[in-house]
Amino acid sequence: MRRDPRDLPRYTAGERANHWIVAICFILMALSGLAFFHPAFFPLTVLFGGGPWARILHPYIGLVLVVAFAVIAGRFWTQNLVEERDKAWLRQVGRMMDGDDEGMPEQGKYNGGQKLLFWGLVACLVVLLLTGLPMWRAWWKLDVTLVRAATLLHAAAAALMIGLIILHVYAAIWTRGSMRAMIHGTVTRPWAKQHHRAWYRKMTGDQR
Amino acid sequence: MSLQSLDIHRRSATTTPSPQARMPESGEVAKLIDVSKCIGCKACQTACMEWNDLREEPGVNVGVYDNPADLSPAAWTVMRFTEYDNPGTGNLEWLIRKDGCMHCADPGCLKACPSPGAIVQYTNGIVDFHEENCIGCGYCVTGCPFDVPRISKKDDKAYKCTLCSDRVAVGQEPACVKTCPTGAITFGTKQAMKEQAAERIEDLKERGFAKAGLYDPAGVGGTHVMYVLHHADQPSLYHGLPDAPRISPLVGLWKGAAKPLAMLALGAAAVGSFFHYVVKGPNDVSPELEDEEKREAAKTRNQEEAP
Repeated sequence: MRRDPRDLPRYTAGERANHWIVAICFILMALSGLAFFHPAFFPLTVLFGGGPWARILHPYIGLVLVVAFAVIAGRFWTQNLVEERDKAWLRQVGRMMDGDDEGMPEQGKYNGGQKLLFWGLVACLVVLLLTGLPMWRAWWKLDVTLVRAATLLHAAAAALMIGLIILHVYAAIWTRGSMRAMIHGTVTRPWAKQHHRAWYRKMTGDQR
Repeated sequence: MSLQSLDIHRRSATTTPSPQARMPESGEVAKLIDVSKCIGCKACQTACMEWNDLREEPGVNVGVYDNPADLSPAAWTVMRFTEYDNPGTGNLEWLIRKDGCMHCADPGCLKACPSPGAIVQYTNGIVDFHEENCIGCGYCVTGCPFDVPRISKKDDKAYKCTLCSDRVAVGQEPACVKTCPTGAITFGTKQAMKEQAAERIEDLKERGFAKAGLYDPAGVGGTHVMYVLHHADQPSLYHGLPDAPRISPLVGLWKGAAKPLAMLALGAAAVGSFFHYVVKGPNDVSPELEDEEKREAAKTRNQEEAP
C-alpha cells in the first residue's frame, strides 16, 4: 500500500488513537447519560446490559474519558490559543456557514470555531468531572444540597457537551476531506490550502 | 406488584398516564403519628423488623436513645429522641418522633427516579419502591426532601418504609400501627385521620400546648404519614423535621424544564445540521485548487523522472 506522498500529515497515529479513545468513551457516556436524564432514552440502558450495569459503568467510563481527554488536551492546547485572526474569522462565521468561504481570513491548523469548540469541551469536562464525583453514590454520600446542585450542573454541562459534539461531527462531515485526517492521518494539499492556508504554508514552505 | 392491579396513580420515569379507570371510593389512606402519645418504646421498630423481615446489625450506643442511629436499608423506621429545654415553661421536654417515609402526595423520590416503574404511587397515596426496577443510582436520595431512602451496600437497591403496602392491600393496617401500645399511631382514610388529629389538637391546646397542630406539609402536596405535634410552629424541634419541606428547586429544574429544553436544543442541533447540509451542500475543496494540485503533482513527477 502506498499513499500519495504529496499528502500532508495532520495527525500522528498516537493522536488518532487518543482521539478515538475519547470519542468511544464519549459516545458510551452520552448514551448512558441520556438514559438517566430522560425516560425516552431509558431503553438505551440495554446497550450496557441493563439499568444497573449502565449505572455501574457510567462513572468508570467517565474517568477513562477524562484521562484520555487530558492527554489529548495536553497535546493540542498550544495550537488552540485564540489569536487575532481567529477572532476575525469568528466575526465572519455567518459567511462561512453560508458556504462562501472564499474571503474568510486565513487560518492556522485550527480555525476560530475549532478553537472555541476545544475550550468549550475543556470547560464541559472540568464541570462534568467535578459534578460527577459527588454524584457517585457507590463511593460516598455527601451533603444533599451539594449533590442536588452538582446533579443539575452535570446535566447542563452534559447537554452542552453533546451539542458541541453534534456540531463537531457535523463540521467534519460537511467539510469534505476532513474525516481522513483523523482516520488515517493525512489531508490533501488543496484541502489544507482552502481551509487552513497558514498551516499549509508552514507545512510546505509554499508561500502562495 | 404490577400495573394489573390498576391502582397505580403515578410511575417514575413514565411520561404517559397510568391506568386511570379505577379509583378507590374510600379515597386516600394516611398514618397519623401522635407525637404527644409516644412513649418511645420502639415497639413500632420491632414490628417493622418482624413484618418486613429486616434485621439491622446491632450498633454502638452513642449517648442517645436512637437505635439504630439512623435509617438504613434494614431499618425503615427509627425513633428520634430530642431533649428540648422549653424556654417558655422552663420544662425539659422529651420529644420523640417516629422517623420514616412520609409518603408525600408530590414525592421528590419519584420525580427524580430515572428508571420506569422503580417508584410508584398508588391511588391510595402510598409511595412504594419496586426494587426489581431499581438501578441503584441514588437519585431518590437526591430528590427526597426528608432524607429517607437508603441505598443498600449489599445489593445497591434503594429501600424505605412501604407503609406496609402489602398489608394495606389486603385491608390490614401497617405493622407499626398494629403494635403501638399507646395508640400513638393510627391508620385510616386521610380524611378520618385529619378529623382524629383535629380532636387531639383541641385536647392538647386545652392542656397548655397552644401551638399544637397537624404536620401535613403543603409544600409536598400533603403527606400520607402525618404527625400531631405539640409545637407545630417549630417542626424542626423534632430532630430536624423540615419546617417547610418541598421538592428542592434544583431538583425541580433538573427534572422539570431542563428535560424538554435540553432535548429541544439537541434535537435542533442534529436536525439543523442535517438540513444545513441539504440546503447549502457540502463544503468541498474548490475545483481551481484541485486543478492546481494536479498541475503541481505532474510537475513534481516530471522533475523526478528527468535525470
